[in-house]
Amino acid sequence: MASPQSSPKAGDDADAFIVLRDLHKSFGAQEILCGIDLTLKHGETLCIIGPSGEGKTVTMKHIIGLIQPDRGDVFVAGMHVNKLKEREMAPIRQKVSMLFQGAALFDRMTVEENVAFPLIESGVRDKAEVKRRVFEALQAVDLEEHLNKYPTSLSGGMRKRTGIARAIICQSECILYDEPNSGLDPIGSDIIDQMILRMQKRFGVTSIIVTHDMRSVFKIADRVAMLYRGKIHFLGTPDELKASPDPIVQNFINGRSDVTG
Amino acid sequence: MALSSALTLPGRSFLYFLAYLGQLAALMRELTIALRSGVWRLRLVAEQIVAIGYGSQAVVIVTGAFTGAVFTFQSYAKFKDFGMETSVGAVVSVALCRELGPVLAGLMVAGRVGAAMAADIGTMKVTEQVDALRVMGVHPVDYLVLPRFLAMMVSMPFLVAESVSFGLIASYMVTSYGYDMPSSWYLTHLVDHTNMDDLKIGMIKGFVFGMLITLIACHQGLKAENGAVGVGAGTTRAVVVSSLVLLIVNFFLSIALNYLYPLGTL
Repeated sequence: MASPQSSPKAGDDADAFIVLRDLHKSFGAQEILCGIDLTLKHGETLCIIGPSGEGKTVTMKHIIGLIQPDRGDVFVAGMHVNKLKEREMAPIRQKVSMLFQGAALFDRMTVEENVAFPLIESGVRDKAEVKRRVFEALQAVDLEEHLNKYPTSLSGGMRKRTGIARAIICQSECILYDEPNSGLDPIGSDIIDQMILRMQKRFGVTSIIVTHDMRSVFKIADRVAMLYRGKIHFLGTPDELKASPDPIVQNFINGRSDVTG
Repeated sequence: MALSSALTLPGRSFLYFLAYLGQLAALMRELTIALRSGVWRLRLVAEQIVAIGYGSQAVVIVTGAFTGAVFTFQSYAKFKDFGMETSVGAVVSVALCRELGPVLAGLMVAGRVGAAMAADIGTMKVTEQVDALRVMGVHPVDYLVLPRFLAMMVSMPFLVAESVSFGLIASYMVTSYGYDMPSSWYLTHLVDHTNMDDLKIGMIKGFVFGMLITLIACHQGLKAENGAVGVGAGTTRAVVVSSLVLLIVNFFLSIALNYLYPLGTL
C-alpha cells in the first residue's frame, strides 16, 4: 500500500524480522532521520531509495547496530538492537551481514583471506570447507580467478563483488547492501541483481538494498521505501511506485532534477 | 565578552582533558575484557612482535649506543677534574638503566611504532574496515588493540635492555679506546654499582611506557574521522601525546620506584 507524505506505523506482525520504530538521528545540528517507521518480513527484499544525504545508509547502519539512534527502537529477529552493548551484538551479527558502499575490504589480506575471514571468525576451522565455501562465494560473483590478489590491485567493481562474496559466505538470514551496483558495468550490475534474487529464492534471505539504480529496483524489490527529508515519503511495491502520482516520487524515479522540490 | 571567553577556555580545556582520560579508561576497560576472554590471536601477536620488536631494534640500538657514548665523553672530562674518572662506568650504567635507556627507547618507539599504530588503525577506521570487523562480530579492540598491546608488552623490555646494553658497550669503548682507561677499572666500578634493582626499574618503566604508547596510539586510530586529514592529525597527536605523557609519567614513576628500589650511594 502506497503511503506518500507520511511515515507508516510499524505493525505488530508476528512474521516481522526487522522493525524500526520512530527512529530519530542527528549529527550535530543536522537532523538526518526524523521518525522512521518500517517493518520487514522474513524473506522480503526492500529497496531504499531517495536523494543523496537523506539517511539511507544511516538507517541501514541502525539495523546492524553500527549507529545508535537518538530516539526510537530497532528490533531484529525479536532482539532490541539499540538496548544491546557492542559485545552483546554477536547474535544480531550472525543473522545480519552487510556490504559497505566502498566494500571495506581489509588491505592486508588477499581476496581469498577477505572472503574467508567471517567464516573463520564464526568458528569454521576445517580448511577444506573454508576453501570450498570461499570458492563458491567468489564463483557467485565471477571472481574465482582472483583469489590471490590484494584489494589494491582490484578495480572498483571487483572490490564491490569481493565485498558481496564476503557478505554472503556465512549465509546470514539477512543481508544489507549499501549501493551494490555503484561502479559496476550493466552486466556486472545484472550479475549482482540475479545473485540477490537467487539468495532470496534459494535461501529465503531477507535483503535491504540502498540503491540509486532504478532498473535494479524494478527488477529485484518486493517493496520500495523512499526516504525524503528524514522520513519515509513512500512505501509500496515497485508497481505502486511507478503509478504514484506524487511529483517528488516521479521526479526521483525519472531522474528529473527538481526532486528536492 | 573577551573576558568570559578567557575564563571559560581553561574550564573547557579541563573538561576536554577529563573526557580524554575517560575515553582512555574506557579503552583500557575493553582491553581488560579482551585480555580476560582468552582469545589472543597469537598469529597476529607474533606479526606485531616482528613489526614492533624486531623492526624497532636498529633505531633503539643506535639511540642507546650514541647516548651512552656522548654521556661518557662529557662526564669523563668533568669527572677527571675531581679525580673520579673511574666512576664514569657506574654513573653511566645507573643512568642508562634507570632513566635514559627506558625513556629514549620509549620515545623512539612512540615515534616509530605509535605513529604506525595510529595511522594503520585510523586508515581502517575511515575506510569502514573497523565497521566491517564489527559487522562480522569481531570487536575492534579484540582484533586490533589486544595483539598490539601484547606484542608491545613482550617487545618493550627487550628493546629497553638492548638500548641499555648498547649504551654501556659504547660507553666502555669510549673510555677504553678514547681515554685509555684500563678496562678493569671501568668494569669493576660498573659491576659494583649496578644491581638488579636498577635493571628492574628499567624493565618496569619499559613495560609501563609500552602500555601507554599502545593505549594512546590505538585510541587516536580508533577515533579517527574526516578521511586522510583526520588520520594525519591523529597520527601526529599519537606521537606528541605519547611522548609528553611518557616524559611526565617517567618523573612520577622514578619517584615511586626510588621508594621501592632506593638508589645506592656511589
